[in-house]
Amino acid sequence: MTVIIDYGVGNLFSLLSSFAAIGEKAKVSSDKNEIENADRILLPGVGAFSDAAYKLETSGLKNALYSAAEKGVPIMGVCLGMQLLFDKSYEYGEYQGLGFISGEIRPISDFIPKDLKIPHIGWNKLNVIKQHPLLKYTGNNDFAYFVHSYCAVDCKNSVLATTEYGAELTAVVAKANVMGCQFHPEKSGESGLKILKAFCELKRGDL
Amino acid sequence: MITKRIIPCLDVKDGRVVKGINFTGLKEISSPVELAKYYSENGADELVFYDITASSDGRKIFTDILCETAKNVFIPLTVGGGINSLDDFDRVLKCGADKVSVNSGALKNPDLIGSAAKLYGNQCVVLSVDIKRVNGVFTVFAKGGRENTGLDAIEWIKRGVDDGAGEIVVNSIDTDGVKNGFDIPMLKAVCDAVNVPVIASGGAGKVDDFITLFKTLPKVDAGLAASVFHFGEIKIKDLKIQMQENGICVRL
Repeated sequence: MTVIIDYGVGNLFSLLSSFAAIGEKAKVSSDKNEIENADRILLPGVGAFSDAAYKLETSGLKNALYSAAEKGVPIMGVCLGMQLLFDKSYEYGEYQGLGFISGEIRPISDFIPKDLKIPHIGWNKLNVIKQHPLLKYTGNNDFAYFVHSYCAVDCKNSVLATTEYGAELTAVVAKANVMGCQFHPEKSGESGLKILKAFCELKRGDL
Repeated sequence: MITKRIIPCLDVKDGRVVKGINFTGLKEISSPVELAKYYSENGADELVFYDITASSDGRKIFTDILCETAKNVFIPLTVGGGINSLDDFDRVLKCGADKVSVNSGALKNPDLIGSAAKLYGNQCVVLSVDIKRVNGVFTVFAKGGRENTGLDAIEWIKRGVDDGAGEIVVNSIDTDGVKNGFDIPMLKAVCDAVNVPVIASGGAGKVDDFITLFKTLPKVDAGLAASVFHFGEIKIKDLKIQMQENGICVRL
């Protein structure tokens, strides 16, 4: 059973539908016990970093995530959920993230030509740079649906895939049992479902 | 690089998909659930669901159908029609919409875009505008194109983007249903005025219309159409293959 963390942020309906489509059990929960004992955890997120980080902290779910991570539970962040996995973000200030993966979240506009539109919104190709069980069904140049104005930088060797938008932007990351996608796998058609399927095949202690 | 998006639009009334020609004379097509699943699996990059029912009973049928549709659709889903308040945003987002398109609701309540963008993020708020030339001026029309608001369309769109609209749908009443190509001059005026994604709507009749659109106006991000897709006059896969052959970046 995959637990989708409900902390009042994100489109949980689509995530649940995606898991149903690939025949995997998933449930939405904000219960600390359920989260700590999940087979795997999905951390969603849409909106502002500071707001989401605050909600994770005050709900006590941050500690549940740390405890699950320590037990080796596979954890995947999606979109803002991925950004929360990093050390800190500079979205409207400077805010601490969960610190699972080294790196920080910066405005895309710092890295791309001025004539490109922000947010980076739409379908873009994945450039797989490192093999990983999460990408076992993913082909190089598979398309994914992105919607974001901030991106992960200085991620050292945790980057698994990038996408090109005036610069190489971080698309998929992983460090040990914690991983994340900047794009929305639940909105990326077949290629997104393949990533969710690969995630659902991961078991505690695999990574 | 990001691809140009092809978006079928499903006008939904009483639980069925319809398409008006010049906004009148509705003709029934098919089940929205089936049509959406078909498009999602056959190359559409995104779907727009437009609720054209007026009654509250119709609203309920629409949201039920929307939930059923969203369960089978794994591409972005934009919902519009009858969006007048934050409660309306909440209602359709809970049924699986990713973005919400506002039109007349923003004209009635100019604070709607700003408050929705603040609550759900700019990426969630799409400003859809029905535009017609009046004495040579691009003018905003309300109520499905029936009522002249007297507003300058370019000023209205600029204001919407300043308030937080993350995308603009430009629907040309002058070219809608005519199937003789998109309204290039109107779209150019919008693209020159804002720096958020612009979605062209109204006038697609053949594959070349899309190619002309993206070749002439590289700043346009997406092309939206209804009947040409619903009636199979244009197959989305064929369209995208021809776009690619013409050097336009697409998802295939």
